[in-house]
Amino acid sequence: MKAVVTVIGADSVGIIALVSGECARMGANILDISQSVMREYFAMIMLVDIQELTTSFADFSETLHKLGEERSLDIRVMHEDIFNSMHRI
Amino acid sequence: MLNTADILETINMIRAEKLDIRTVTMGISLFDCISDDKDRLLARVYDKITRSAKDLVRVCEQMEIEYCIPIINKRISVTPAAFVGGSLSSEEFVMLAKTLDRAAKELGVNFIGGFGAMVQKGMTVGADHLIDAIPEALACTERVCSSVNVATTKAGINMDAVRRMGEVVKKTAYLTRDRDSIGCAKLVVFANIPEDNPFMAGAVHGIGEPDTVINVGVSGPGVVASAVKRAGDCDFGTLADTIKKIAFKITRVGQLIAYEASRRLNVPYGIVDLSLAPTPAQGDSVAHILEGMGLERCGTHGTTAALALLNDAVKKGGVMASSHVGGLSGAFIPVSEDAGMINAVEKGTLTIEKLEAMTAVCSVGLDMIAVPGDTSAATVSALIADEIAIGVINQKTTAVRVIPVCGKGVGESVEFGGLLGYAPIMPMHKESSEAFIARGGRIPAPIHSLKN
Repeated sequence: MKAVVTVIGADSVGIIALVSGECARMGANILDISQSVMREYFAMIMLVDIQELTTSFADFSETLHKLGEERSLDIRVMHEDIFNSMHRI
Repeated sequence: MLNTADILETINMIRAEKLDIRTVTMGISLFDCISDDKDRLLARVYDKITRSAKDLVRVCEQMEIEYCIPIINKRISVTPAAFVGGSLSSEEFVMLAKTLDRAAKELGVNFIGGFGAMVQKGMTVGADHLIDAIPEALACTERVCSSVNVATTKAGINMDAVRRMGEVVKKTAYLTRDRDSIGCAKLVVFANIPEDNPFMAGAVHGIGEPDTVINVGVSGPGVVASAVKRAGDCDFGTLADTIKKIAFKITRVGQLIAYEASRRLNVPYGIVDLSLAPTPAQGDSVAHILEGMGLERCGTHGTTAALALLNDAVKKGGVMASSHVGGLSGAFIPVSEDAGMINAVEKGTLTIEKLEAMTAVCSVGLDMIAVPGDTSAATVSALIADEIAIGVINQKTTAVRVIPVCGKGVGESVEFGGLLGYAPIMPMHKESSEAFIARGGRIPAPIHSLKN
């Protein structure tokens, strides 16, 4: 199972380190990573394999979300199927 | 990897444009609960509902986390109560409503639909008792919704039932007068009722449905409004195409949730309802989509054409995105639940007559309209008759959810709170329709119902 982690907000030093460190701690393997600026947002997108997650999906998602809140970043973890459904026929 | 722009588009839809799944509704048949003993019937109903839907809320909450999309409502629809409690008295039907309410509270669902009857051609004893029980049932329960189908294109219009429903609406308003007649917000009168509609207050589990089923209603007026805005000054063909594309994407999410809910709950997937359902929140309004097309305010000349384009484009985009489409599928225009509609009514641009015209080209009908408390039962019936006639002649679903707010008049407004929103009281004609409604009997089915 794969999930998409998105980080949206203002740019600052160490965002990738922060998020990837937390992913490693919880057993999420980063498969791909990209960063871009679209409209008014800075956005980082990671595709992670969560097959070997050491915690529940809900906990993984909640932990990253809280981590983001501390730095005024919107961090979301979403199952990749929502994107596949919406954008691929 | 997935395209970055696509990912950001999805996130923007959820974050900024309020895309959500409006409802996951589990339909539950109550036919196997029928008993000649009232207590046994009530016990079976409670048991069947709480057993069948015990995991509904948990599974929906799990999907909300995994897909990061809000599922606003988790709901239940059941077999129309008049079919299940054919031998019950009115008092016993009120007890059945209380049982449904108790089951809904136990499960944590916010509405349970199906306290209703189908009387398009005539009334059984059971349906008669049920209709009698509606005002009391809606006054003493919190989550029960009621719908009565008074007409179909095949059967014509049961005008005796239309007359009765005018009285029922008035009595319901009176019995809930301490709460701005909110009981009427849970009561819908239908023509051509769909049997798989997941949206309240009109959701029922039809008689041709499986034992249990999952139906999903999507939303997304905000997403469509933004797409229309981005499309700029294009021509109508391009505009329709823009709406089609965005409707496709919205519906795909509904399809995913319907499929997953069905799989996780081990309950057959029924349909995805393509309706654009607004909420009172800013940026979640169907009226604002119409205004985005170039109308100064919803309700002005051109509004019906704009709504016709919107409704058709949403269906065309949505139908390819889902394996089974059903329910109401179109744009909703509930006045109190749509910030743009509320504004248009307050400014005097949007009137009941214009709303009635709009319902000829969209999915439902006169929805969540507050009218003066001194409106007579015959006038309410006449309003219902007009709307039902549009549905019957045009072979489509129409419905009326009207609230004659006790003790209030034009110039005042009513606050229902939450998704039900707030509504300015709209004026009604003062001239009487009494003699017309008093005729009784049935308006015959239209000639084009004879298709065989």
